[in-house]
Amino acid sequence: MPSNKYLFLVLLAGALMVWVIYLGYASHMFRNMQLGKQMLTHARNCNTPLYTPSLLNGRKDVVTVTPWLAPIVWEGTFDMNILDAIYKPQNITVANTVFAVGKYVQFLKDYLESAEQYFMLGYRVHYYIFTDQPEAVPTVTLGADRRITTLKIPGSDRWQEITLRRMEMIENLIETQLVSEADYIFCLDVDTKFYGHWGAESLSRLVAAVHFGFYSASREHFTYERRPESQAYIPYGEGDYYYGGAMIGGLVREVYKVTKTCHLWLDMDKANSIEAVWQEESHLNKYFLYNKPTKLLSPEYLWHGPYAGNEVKIIRFTQVWKDASKVRPN
Amino acid sequence: KLQQCVWWCGCACVTCVYAFVCAYLLICTYICVCNSRKDVITVTPWLAPVVWEGTFHTTLIDAIYKMQNITVATTVFALGKYVQFLKDFLESAEKHYMQGYRVHYYIFTDQPEAVPTVTLGASRSLTTLKISSSNRWQEITLRRMERLEKLIETQLSNEVDYIFSLDVDTKFYGHWGVETLGDIVAVIHPGYYSTPRDDFPYERRSESQAYIPYGKGDFYYGGAVIGGRVEKVHKLAKTCRMQLDVDKANSIEAAWQEESHLNKYFLYNKPTKILSPEYLWQDTKYITPDIKIIRFSQVIKNYAKVRPNP
Repeated sequence: MPSNKYLFLVLLAGALMVWVIYLGYASHMFRNMQLGKQMLTHARNCNTPLYTPSLLNGRKDVVTVTPWLAPIVWEGTFDMNILDAIYKPQNITVANTVFAVGKYVQFLKDYLESAEQYFMLGYRVHYYIFTDQPEAVPTVTLGADRRITTLKIPGSDRWQEITLRRMEMIENLIETQLVSEADYIFCLDVDTKFYGHWGAESLSRLVAAVHFGFYSASREHFTYERRPESQAYIPYGEGDYYYGGAMIGGLVREVYKVTKTCHLWLDMDKANSIEAVWQEESHLNKYFLYNKPTKLLSPEYLWHGPYAGNEVKIIRFTQVWKDASKVRPN
Repeated sequence: KLQQCVWWCGCACVTCVYAFVCAYLLICTYICVCNSRKDVITVTPWLAPVVWEGTFHTTLIDAIYKMQNITVATTVFALGKYVQFLKDFLESAEKHYMQGYRVHYYIFTDQPEAVPTVTLGASRSLTTLKISSSNRWQEITLRRMERLEKLIETQLSNEVDYIFSLDVDTKFYGHWGVETLGDIVAVIHPGYYSTPRDDFPYERRSESQAYIPYGKGDFYYGGAVIGGRVEKVHKLAKTCRMQLDVDKANSIEAAWQEESHLNKYFLYNKPTKILSPEYLWQDTKYITPDIKIIRFSQVIKNYAKVRPNP
């Protein structure tokens, strides 16, 4: 009797194992892992002459379009040759703004040198460096058709204050200079470095980057501002993505609207003695909720640290490690 | 007794493990399914979205366009026996096409009296434009670009924001809304969405302006749907019309008439949005698993009975 029971148990376990393996194979999870491997081969082939656009073959392990049909840019989804053929004839100028205040000037060298290796190569680029120490801006060899303008601004003894004033300063820069000088603008954080190609695939009317910490989280976990007293308030149950404040991009006139609106909201919050939980990033997320970006950059374009995730096949731009107590004024 | 205990424990363990793994896999599947379509490509290599069921939320997109108070012109050509298709086209459009938006139909026909009376919804109107016919169906289709170009020039540029030029021998079966709007919008031909590029029926004779050599091309687009902003569609119609004129002067007619010229245009002027074959199907075609919904389809017709010439 007991031996029969053991036999039955073994058979039951075996049958269940077979069922579980079948379920695993049939599930999307397993299929995506396989497709992930296919994707890498596909990505390598993306720029060869034999590459053919297809409706059925390509990257399927990630979502490549938002629910309002804005493309989400991942490695393996675009062909640089086609995009350059669209944008190069337009003879565009791309402005690149960065704030290096106080000890943050130490990040400028790596930022600029890596940008010269990877950022918008072959296009006209104009860096605008907002700093309180113009003499500390490093001399970096720039490629053809690329230049730097240094703009002196006051420092602050609160890092929150520095980040809050960025919107106002970019708004003024656009009003006074950029509207006639540049077509596209990218506003980036300086404590970062480029590690991979960042080109014309990132251009669109209004561009936001998905924050590396939240790209697979559900919206209840997004660190939106949750107090209704703030202008940046987003209630639970609302929200599309959590966007990183370290990257705002797009046409100059569109980014102007972003900075002007956020500046207004920041001033209103200040008058009401409230500071949003993630300062301008909170306000940016509020703006993008009601003014949907026309293109999203995947976390490849705004990463943190040297280790990529499963879906993040290439790190293009990442926040460098820093000892916050050593660089921040407070 | 110990053995019995062990046996029951073993069974319980195995069942628990099984239940846990099943639940985990099902949850993963559910989450994956929630994240848009995983069986098709939803963006082109130049990052134009490809519109499939499951990739968009109508509520979100309506929220963007309703604010803009847009008008969508819709042109259709119904000459000779093709007037018989107008009733189904218009009635089905009134059920599925751009519901809730201002729509103005422009019907090009040689028999204005044959245009059926169809009850139109609020904010929807219809204009009939009399044109001359031909005893060659190729001639009729070739002159569409010219007529579209002239219509935009003379009437539409101040009145409408977007325009769609659609074939009349078709019917709407499902939702067609503002998810289709973009600067230049093309539709994938249902017969070629999974074929390799060298099998596309592009014009292959170098003498024609519509010539696309082997090894080139992105997709094969259907001539039955052209859409976009009025000024962009005007440029498209004008360019195609000019290329059609050059071909005519050189006594050559492209393999698929204006569709060949359209494909040439879209190769060098990439569409900013592409509609999946859900937006142009054929009633005669077997529905493949990646097509979750048929929105617009060419109806079954007997060519001998409707065309003026073979």
